[in-house]
Amino acid sequence: MNSFEIDRLNLWYGSHQALRDVSIDIPEHQVTALIGPSGCGKSTFLKTLNRMQDLVEGVRIEGRVLFYGKDIYAPKVDVTTLRSQVGMVFQKANPFPMSIYDNVAYGPRIHGIRNREALDALVEESLKDAALWDEVKDRLKKSALGLSGGQQQRLCIARALAVKPEVLLLDESTSALDPMSTGQIEELVGELKQDYTVIMVTHNMQQAVRVSDCAAFFLLGDLVEFSPTDALFNNPKDQRTADYVSGRFG
Amino acid sequence: MEQSISRSRRMKDAMLHVFVYGSAVTVCAALALIIGYIFVRGIPGITAELLTTEPSYIRDTIGILPNILNTLYIVLVAMAIVIPLGVSAAVYLNEYATNRSLTRLISFAVETLTGIPSVIFGLVGMLFFIQMMGCRAGIMAGGLTLVVMVLPTIISNTLESLKTVPVSYREGALALGSGKWHMIRTVVLPNSLDGIVTGCILAIGRIVGESAALLYTAGFGLMLNSFMTALQSSSATLSVALYVYATERGELTVAFSVATILMILTLLLNFAANLASSKLGHKEN
Repeated sequence: MNSFEIDRLNLWYGSHQALRDVSIDIPEHQVTALIGPSGCGKSTFLKTLNRMQDLVEGVRIEGRVLFYGKDIYAPKVDVTTLRSQVGMVFQKANPFPMSIYDNVAYGPRIHGIRNREALDALVEESLKDAALWDEVKDRLKKSALGLSGGQQQRLCIARALAVKPEVLLLDESTSALDPMSTGQIEELVGELKQDYTVIMVTHNMQQAVRVSDCAAFFLLGDLVEFSPTDALFNNPKDQRTADYVSGRFG
Repeated sequence: MEQSISRSRRMKDAMLHVFVYGSAVTVCAALALIIGYIFVRGIPGITAELLTTEPSYIRDTIGILPNILNTLYIVLVAMAIVIPLGVSAAVYLNEYATNRSLTRLISFAVETLTGIPSVIFGLVGMLFFIQMMGCRAGIMAGGLTLVVMVLPTIISNTLESLKTVPVSYREGALALGSGKWHMIRTVVLPNSLDGIVTGCILAIGRIVGESAALLYTAGFGLMLNSFMTALQSSSATLSVALYVYATERGELTVAFSVATILMILTLLLNFAANLASSKLGHKEN
């Protein structure tokens, strides 16, 4: 089963075309890595999947993006519902300046969960799923801004998981972290795919090899190649992919 | 040759030093002199009777309790109206308005409004609220006039503060499925509290110190009234009372005592504004 089926997606920022005829089916419960040099459109593509592109002024999108068979750019789609099903973790950890507990409970509260016990359980479960529970269980009421960078990023993952999404989008979510925190998050991603579809943008090709099942290589707005990660790195079909993964440009 | 250049430079440097330090000392001395003079003349006149009674022609005593209460009333009336109005306007301008040139025009109008002399607000207030709307000179008409006068302060302080809320907070909230208003209420406004509170304190400071805008709108009444009565009857605030006692009644001691109280209030409010902006401003990311 596929989480997303994307058919000839084109995207323009003003007159600049950032994505060109991108067609791709993203499989459920796997980790899909989006790789490519800076400015190739991989982050742009990621942000079309939860319609965070809507926030950009002057953006124009054509083509079809189906999420479990439903067109997310259809006129009547409720963006808030979509975003609760397709969670996102950003490049830089962005916890709200409130307590650790309130950060995780923020999403569930939006969607109407007020019951104290239900919230407590959800916060604990989400923090455990993000491998952060043991480090913060004694200071849930303390400000989230007191956590280290790696902990803040895992808190953001917990916050996204708390709304029970189907898909988790990671936008270079380890690029600002030290190797140790990066390792923890990579390990976490490996576990999360049992319950979630993970789509991650990464600059780090070793990371793509380590954690992803499939990889998509973007270049100048084109999707050049989409294959199982092993095949893409060891046996690329396209010469440009071969050049990129062997480090000839980037 | 080189030596003479360096000597003239040293001379210039020394003169500049003297000038800069001289200016600083003059400013501080002037401030200390004004505060000291007012305190010396005013403090002896501050008695329990002055603070807790109303003026009596029969007993020939003067009390400023009515003016203290009127000041409080007008602050309450003006702030109760201007806070929701100003904060909403700022939220609209920063979060919802999409027409860039229109928002720039409104921002420009708001800035211009700040620079208008307060006596003009008084004139317009009198013409609009009293002659056109049919209010009587009192706390209501005066309060409404002050709303117009301090609205720019609240709007611009809130606006500045809204702009400093990091985009990452907004993105974080929206990416979790928050609607726009929910995001504003739970993430944007709480993180703009420093600017909102600072704006309010500055506005209260202006209201407490204002006289010109109130002369014809709130009136000169020195007698004690309940809140509801004061809304529609001539009621002098402390600043207006200072003017009345100093000029019409020739009671300079009372005037200096009122001035002392106003000075203390202003100092406290400025201190509170500084405290608010440093204690509540803790934005990161």
